[in-house]
Amino acid sequence: MSQSHAKNFVRRQKMADFLFTLIGLLMLLFALMTLLTLLVDLAMTGLPRLDRDFFFNFPSRFAARAGILSAWVGTFCVMVTTALCAIPLGVAAGVYLEEYAPKNFITQLIELNIINLAGIPSITFGLMALGLFVYKFNLGQSVLTAGLTLGLLVLPIIIVTTRESMRAIPNSIREAAFAMGASRWQVVRHHLLPYSSGGILTGIIIALSRAIGETAPLITIGALTFIAFLPTSPVHGEFPFISFKWLQDPFTVMPIQMFNWTSRPQEEFHVNAAATGVVLLLMTLAMNALAIFLRYRFRKRVKW
Amino acid sequence: MKDNSKKIKSLSALTSANHPVRRIRHIKERIIEGLLFLAASSSVFITLSIVFILIKESIPFFEHVSVINFLTDKEWTPLFENAHYGIMPLVSGTFLTTFVALFIAIPFGTVIAALLSEFISARIREFLKPILELLAAVPTVVYGYFALLFVTPLLQKVIPDLQGFNVLSAGIVMGIMIIPYVSSLAEDAMRAVPQDLREGSLAMGASKLQTTFRVVYPAAFSGMTSAYVLGISRAMGETMVVSIAAGMQPNLTLDPTQPAATITAFIVQVSLGDLPHGSIGYQSIYVAGLTLLVITLIFNIFGMWIKKKYREAYQ
Repeated sequence: MSQSHAKNFVRRQKMADFLFTLIGLLMLLFALMTLLTLLVDLAMTGLPRLDRDFFFNFPSRFAARAGILSAWVGTFCVMVTTALCAIPLGVAAGVYLEEYAPKNFITQLIELNIINLAGIPSITFGLMALGLFVYKFNLGQSVLTAGLTLGLLVLPIIIVTTRESMRAIPNSIREAAFAMGASRWQVVRHHLLPYSSGGILTGIIIALSRAIGETAPLITIGALTFIAFLPTSPVHGEFPFISFKWLQDPFTVMPIQMFNWTSRPQEEFHVNAAATGVVLLLMTLAMNALAIFLRYRFRKRVKW
Repeated sequence: MKDNSKKIKSLSALTSANHPVRRIRHIKERIIEGLLFLAASSSVFITLSIVFILIKESIPFFEHVSVINFLTDKEWTPLFENAHYGIMPLVSGTFLTTFVALFIAIPFGTVIAALLSEFISARIREFLKPILELLAAVPTVVYGYFALLFVTPLLQKVIPDLQGFNVLSAGIVMGIMIIPYVSSLAEDAMRAVPQDLREGSLAMGASKLQTTFRVVYPAAFSGMTSAYVLGISRAMGETMVVSIAAGMQPNLTLDPTQPAATITAFIVQVSLGDLPHGSIGYQSIYVAGLTLLVITLIFNIFGMWIKKKYREAYQ
């Protein structure tokens, strides 16, 4: 091969590299542009509809008078239940697998199972909840059922992030604490949990942002789409002042409300759907941004 | 002084194994460990109860309908007067939407993963990755709205006889939605390939592009398979986008411009109505769910097999 040939060859190769980078960037840009288009489209249709009344009205047959009061209160109640179910269970499971679990068949089985849970379609969680919680345990189509269902659905996210942030803590910390006579639980309780709290918090936020947008399993357990009342208040005037009756109340959540409005033929309801979508999207994006920020901060601050 | 000596005495007592304080502490530790173990094994119980409930509620269905009928009948109309129980239209709808989605997600996911892992500096990657992952954070019902009311009208300008509800736009939106799932696992797999391989290839005069697709990609293939299988699982289990944008009529077709119902869309459609416990409609959603689970499982097992077959171990 003569010299000019070789030069030409190298130039062609470099050109191909450059073209590939360009194509890749364009593909990435296409994906991001889709996200942006979605945001802008929703905002253009939905933003004018977002006023005070929209947040404080119940759904209605008349699109202009309909609002999302029962939907956002329902979402809030379900999220509280989900968090109460998933956080203790997920963190405990993560701690066990990372700090306690012996290397044996059962541990392997649990680990393999957690990986596979991520691939199970979310709607089958809904079917399980309908058969188990609604009809077997007689919990009804209630906030409690919904919270448990979503809690189990996002459990793997919390387990995985708990394990990752525990693994990031160097062994010297554990050894130092053991050398001072601490028991295993004391090491976990006083050292590992506080040091990994940033990472665990990130996982919790990601998990809840997933749960907020989940629709399919809740439709399956029979969440109603038209709810014109609020769950019972958790506090009231008589002794014992706190009531848990809201857990048994029927409910609706924002994604279901949005689904309902989207599937109607009338244009005015689509505007309502877009407005609900804006609220939903802002909430999930804000939660994800917070998670990214926390992850960045904790990674920067903690130097072992 | 007196107080201190007492403390020292009690501390030294702790070192003896049979001291009550020590025994209590030991018991407490065991109880905590047991509780944590229960929490960890809850995930296995979730899987078991999903499988158990789906099978248990499906069994009565097969007392009405023979398995052969279920697998070969070309119509799925369990709620009509003249009921047909052939799962084929729902399975074909599921495969068709999944196929359209993968047609987008696999090339995009692979190229973006290669770009992030091989062609771009770490700083830009750290910036771009979280933004790309926001795509997966958007609620699926919002994607459904977008597919029905934005993408379909847009596509209708290009394909005039596209139906209002169609597989094409649902599949495309779903594909874009699962890009980050595919790309992030694929990128991890590519980055796990040892640096020596790249250096060897580059030293032999290969270009970056050649190195990426002839050295890194084959070496990472086992990990890439998990990325693709996750993409397939996501696409098949996706519910809201197809329920909103693809219509809910079971339709045995391979034409993506037509409406169709997936297994998941059927479950949603039936769940929206009033559903008496134990009715044939109730049983039919469990049969549909079980079918979906079995298909997903088959793909996952297939993926694991490929993964094992092509695993490359480097020391």
